[in-house]
Amino acid sequence: MAEMKKVATRDSYGAALAELGAEHKDLVVLDADLAGATKTAVFKKAFPDRHFDFGIAEANMVSAAAGMSTAGLVPFASSFAMFAAGRAFEQVRNSIGYPHLNVKIGATHGGISVGEDGASHQCCEDFALMRSIPGMTVICPADDVEAKAAVKAAYEMNGPVYLRFGRLAVPVFHSEDYKFQIGKGEILKDGTDVAIIANGLLTYEAIQAGEILAEAGINAMIINMATIKPLDEELVLEAAKKCGKVITCEEHSVIGGLGEAVCSLLSEKLPTPVRRIGVNDEFGHSGPAVALLKQFGLCADHIVEVAKEFCGK
Amino acid sequence: MTSNEKKQLQITACKVRMGVIESTYGAKAGHPGGSLSAAEVFTYLYFKEMNIDPKNPKWEDRDRFVLSKGHTAPGLYAALANRGFFPVEDLPTLRHIDSYLQGHPNMNTVPGVDMSTGSLGQGISTAVGMAMAAKYTGKTNRVYTLLGDGEIQEGQVWEACMSASHYKLDNLCVIVDNNGLQIDGNVADVLSPYPIVDKLVAFGFEVAAVDGHDLEALEAAFEQAKTVKGKPFAIVMNTVKGKGVSFMENDAGWHGKAPNDAEYEQAMNELKAQLAELEA
Ligand SMILES: Cc1ncc(C[n+]2csc(CCOP(=O)(O)OP(=O)(O)O)c2C)c(N)n1
Ligand SMILES: [Mg+2]
Repeated sequence: MAEMKKVATRDSYGAALAELGAEHKDLVVLDADLAGATKTAVFKKAFPDRHFDFGIAEANMVSAAAGMSTAGLVPFASSFAMFAAGRAFEQVRNSIGYPHLNVKIGATHGGISVGEDGASHQCCEDFALMRSIPGMTVICPADDVEAKAAVKAAYEMNGPVYLRFGRLAVPVFHSEDYKFQIGKGEILKDGTDVAIIANGLLTYEAIQAGEILAEAGINAMIINMATIKPLDEELVLEAAKKCGKVITCEEHSVIGGLGEAVCSLLSEKLPTPVRRIGVNDEFGHSGPAVALLKQFGLCADHIVEVAKEFCGK
Repeated sequence: MTSNEKKQLQITACKVRMGVIESTYGAKAGHPGGSLSAAEVFTYLYFKEMNIDPKNPKWEDRDRFVLSKGHTAPGLYAALANRGFFPVEDLPTLRHIDSYLQGHPNMNTVPGVDMSTGSLGQGISTAVGMAMAAKYTGKTNRVYTLLGDGEIQEGQVWEACMSASHYKLDNLCVIVDNNGLQIDGNVADVLSPYPIVDKLVAFGFEVAAVDGHDLEALEAAFEQAKTVKGKPFAIVMNTVKGKGVSFMENDAGWHGKAPNDAEYEQAMNELKAQLAELEA
């Protein structure tokens, strides 16, 4: 098989903003001294009068974005996930969430694949934080095509959205005609033995795991669940009913993210055994991204291992 | 302003004070102290300064006001009610279950409230965002925000000040209610933010220091603000916390406490006497 094209979803974020910005004058982009890293520099270059740098002051940036939205602008406030969701949590909650304002938070450098910067910058708690805010939509796209579509969908919907992007270049597996819809999961492979529900860069790993499992005689259903909130409950229930076993995969703590959202739903509506693959309540550390992902079990091989044990094979 | 105009505003400020007492008494909770210290500035803003329309509270081109010190909602609500945004009779429902008059301002339930606030330090940033948006969209409306002298201990306030001067927000007017008190006591003893004027000047503001109970001084400061170009303006108002109700004045204990029956009677009697004197 030919080597797949790889793109970091943070690059997709910058590119999508620049594209949307050309059509929509009300779209403005805010940064906190990280325009180069969040890739919004592309937008800044194209529309300098619509890019506002707030310096290293995320709290102020997030609240200012809220103020801008009350005047009809659609601000995309950008920073690393650690600082957008972490440092500015209470500003997101009170300035944006409580008044339910039309602000989009573009959080790059999510998860441990940040790599060499280490634990201080590897945010594995953002889904948990953002999911807990009433009315907040939380999305973690899997590849370049989906990330661009998610930025567009976030712009088009009215209300607060948290978008999580990655630093590491990951395979682009969606075709250009892929139709993304907020709140809808995507069945990438049908199956009957175990349902593997993933998001972010774990989705491609799940696809690969599905192929390896097929060779071992396990027919896995593979689902891409980019929207963590609102969760596509119908699809999760359908998958659980059909397979009787569910594995969740995310580059996030097993506490509070996709895994927990799926468990909450299933335990109330259709009790089903679940295995959660994620960061197991620990901090990350420095290292090359791919090596770290392997070390933390966030890779196809580990998904295969868990699935085999789960299916008793 | 003419002496008649001044008298009218003084009468309104007194009615705003009565609204503060009525609402906090009705709520059996709330924050009278910092509402009373800002009664004149609430009155001046809503009855003289701001370009607003009570019949069309969401009018796009209106001036904006952000109560960054959101706990003094009773003062803001009393001004809004007297200005005709909603019935004065509703004030005593403050903080009641299912009342639209939430304990802290809610822009989605209270007509005339431009931003939901309550968490100190955030309001000024949202005002910065509004002022930046007005500049970007070419609108000429102005943005006002009121902070407490305790509130300015929040680091975010100074982030906001930095961005206000960096973006040359001459459409922004930051007001600090320097009443000297916060919850734990004297601002100077808790964690001194002084000298406030010098700090704001150092952050790139043009600043007027005024007596916050003197309507003519407030007028001069707000007029001066409009002449300044290329930088934000700040008004540091020296005030008396609890102003207008003798037993509440200069007492940190009245920061967040409602009057009981006897205290309500006394407070209203004092304010009624002041009103009668003004109307005489
Ligand atoms: C971030 C935050 N921390 C703490 C509080 C609790 N609180 C409410 S009012 C107040 C004191 C405010 O004092 P000041 O700013 O001087 O207001 P004023 O004297 O005008 O009432 C505090 C600490 C809050 N609302 N927000
Ligand atoms: Mg004070």
